[in-house]
Amino acid sequence: MTGPSSGAGAVTRRPSRLPSPLFVLRKLGSALLMLAFVVVVNFFLFRVLPGDPAKAFAPRGRNADPEALRELRERLGLNDHWTVAFGKYVESVLSGDLGVSFSQHAEVTDVIMERLWPTVLLSGTALVIAAVLGVWLGARAGWRQGSRFDKLSSNAAVTFYSMPEWLLGLVLLVFLNRYGIFPTRGMNDPRSTLPAWLDVLWHMVLPVTVLAVVYVAEYSLIMRSSILDERRADYLTTARAKGLRDDLVMRRHAMPNALLPSMTLFFLSMGFVVAGAITVETVFSWPGLGRLTYDALRGPDIPLLQGLFLVFSAGVIIMNLVADLLMPVLDPRVRAS
Amino acid sequence: MNGEQRAPQAQPDSGTQARVPHARTAGAPGLLEIRDLRVSYRDRGVPLPAVRGVDLTLAAGETLGLAGESGCGKSTLAGAMLRLLPGNAEVSGEILLNGSDVLKMSWGQLRAVRWNEASIVFQGAMHALNPVRSVGRQIAEAILLHAPKASAATARKQVGELLEQVGVPAWRAESYPHELSGGQKQRVMIAMALACSPQLIIADEPTTALDVMVQAQVLTLLKQLVQERGVGLILISHDLSVLASTCDRVAVMYAGRIVEQGPGHRLFADAAHPYAQALAAAFPVIGDMASRRAPRGLPGDPPDPRELGGGCAFAPRCPVAVAECVEYDIRLRTVDTERSAACVHVGVSA
Repeated sequence: MTGPSSGAGAVTRRPSRLPSPLFVLRKLGSALLMLAFVVVVNFFLFRVLPGDPAKAFAPRGRNADPEALRELRERLGLNDHWTVAFGKYVESVLSGDLGVSFSQHAEVTDVIMERLWPTVLLSGTALVIAAVLGVWLGARAGWRQGSRFDKLSSNAAVTFYSMPEWLLGLVLLVFLNRYGIFPTRGMNDPRSTLPAWLDVLWHMVLPVTVLAVVYVAEYSLIMRSSILDERRADYLTTARAKGLRDDLVMRRHAMPNALLPSMTLFFLSMGFVVAGAITVETVFSWPGLGRLTYDALRGPDIPLLQGLFLVFSAGVIIMNLVADLLMPVLDPRVRAS
Repeated sequence: MNGEQRAPQAQPDSGTQARVPHARTAGAPGLLEIRDLRVSYRDRGVPLPAVRGVDLTLAAGETLGLAGESGCGKSTLAGAMLRLLPGNAEVSGEILLNGSDVLKMSWGQLRAVRWNEASIVFQGAMHALNPVRSVGRQIAEAILLHAPKASAATARKQVGELLEQVGVPAWRAESYPHELSGGQKQRVMIAMALACSPQLIIADEPTTALDVMVQAQVLTLLKQLVQERGVGLILISHDLSVLASTCDRVAVMYAGRIVEQGPGHRLFADAAHPYAQALAAAFPVIGDMASRRAPRGLPGDPPDPRELGGGCAFAPRCPVAVAECVEYDIRLRTVDTERSAACVHVGVSA
C-alpha cells in the first residue's frame, strides 16, 4: 500500500489536491461514451413497448377510422423502417431536438424544461435536508452505540426505511388534511395572498417531509454503520491520546473517514433527483417529471419518453462524473490510485 | 511553549551533555511510578484479568523495556497509563505521573496531561495515522491543542523542524499517510509524539512492522532522543534482542505480571526466571552456532485469563516447576542488587 511517490523525492513535492487533467479528461470521455450508449438504448427500449401510440393519440382514440390512423402513423414516423427512424432520431438528438410529444403537441424539450424545475426543487430540497440530518443522526447514534438515542433513532430509521413512501404520504395526507395547515395539492395556489416563493415553500412542506423522512432513514443507517466501522480505528486512539475532546475526535477524525460512503450515496441520489419521485409527486399532485413520466407511459408517448429517459440518464451520468471528480479531493487515497 | 525552552538541549551533542537532564529530576520522585496496577476487561459480566498487579518506576532519561508474548498485558499496561483503554476495562491501583495519579484525574486534567506530559508512539506503520489528513496537520493539531496561543504559522514551522529532527524532509508535512513508507510513517509518529515535548514517551511496538534496517534506524533515533532530551522512555516489544540493546532496564511480563526485572544485557545473558530464560533462548545469538542450530521455543500457550488459579501462572509450561508453584502465588523476589524475579527457585539457588 506504499504510495507510488514515497521516496521519489523532488518530483512529487507538494502533491496537488486537485485531480490531474488526464484524470478529468478520462472521466469526461467515459461519461460521454455512456451518454451515447444511453441514446442508442433509448431508441430501442420504447419501440418494444406494447400499445399503439396512433390509437392512443388519434383524435377519436381507438375508434378512429383505419385510414386516419394510417395517416397519423405516417406523420408520427411509426411506419418508417427502424433503420431510417434510428437515423432520424440520432440526427435530431445531436442537434438538440428531442422531437414533438405525441400527447402534448409541444416540443419535448419545452415540456421537460417546464417540469424540471419543480422536480429539482422538491427532490433536491428533500435530499439535502435528509443528507445533513441523516448524517448527523447516524453519526451520533453510531458514536454512542447502544445509547437510548441510538436505539430510538435506529429503530425509527429502520421503520421509515422499510415503509413505502406512498403509504407515509397518504398517512400524512389524511392526518394533516384534517387540520388543513399545509396544502396537499399542487405547487402553488393562484388565490393565495402570500408572495409567490413563500406559497411554493408552503406547498413543499408535506411532500418534502415525506421524501426526506424516507431518505433520512437511509443516510442515518449508512452513516451509523460507517461510524461503527471507524469507531475502533487506531487513529482515533491516537487522536484521543493527543488530548482531544471526544466530540472533536469524532468531528475531526472519525467523520471525514466515515463520511465517504454517505458522500457516494449522496451523489448517486443526486443523479436520481431529476427522475423525481413518481409516487410522492402523484400523491401530492406535484407538477414534476415523475408524474410526467407516469402520464407519458400510458401512450406510449415515445418521443416524450425518450426525452425523459435521456434527461434521467444524463442526470445520473453527470452526477457520477461530479462524484468521480470530487472524490479525489475528499479522499487522498483515491488520488493515489 | 515547553518546546521553545527545551529546544537548545535538542542539539546533537556529546555524551557529557546527554546526562544533564538527570540533574533536573534529581531528588524528585520518579517521573513515573506505577503501584499495584490491575486491569481487567469485563466480558459479558465476567472480568478477564489482563494486568494483575504491576509495580514499575521510571526516572527521566531512563529507558525501560517491556517484553512478553502477545496477550501478556503489555499493551494494556501502555493504554492504561493514559487511560486509553476501552469502556469495559476496569483499572485499579496508582499511576503517578510527576506525582499525580492519572487514574484519579478529571477528564479535563487528563486531556491536559495527554501528549503534553506523556505521549505514545503507536505502531504507526499500520493504522495509527488518520488516512484522510495530511501528516503535518495531524502533528500541528497536537501542538495547537496544548499551546492554544501558538499561531498556525509557528505550528507549521515547528512541524517542519520536528520532521527534520526524525529524518523526514519537512515538505513531507503535506503528504498523506498512504504516500509514506512504513519507516517514514513510524518516524512521523515519533515526531508527533515529540510535538509537545513530553517527559514520558511510551513506544508500543514501534518497530514491529518494519524491516531490520529501518528498525535499527528507528531504535537509534529513539535512543538519541532519550539522550538529548532526557525523556523517560518505555519501550514495549516482544523482541527481547531489541530491548536488550536499547534499554537500561527490561521487565519481562507474563500473564499480566512482571516476572523478571533487571538490566537489559544481563537479562539476555543469564535470566533468572524460567520464562525469561525461554524468551531469551528463543532468539539465536548471532555468531553462536550452537544457539543457531537449536533455537529453543517454549511449548504451550499463555494461560487463558479465565483459568488462572492461585499458583504461578507459568507453572503449567515451566520445565522446572515444583509442587509449591501450583499452590502458592509467587511474587517478585530479589535476585541480586539490580535484579528481581518471581520464581520459587530464586533465592534458593543464588
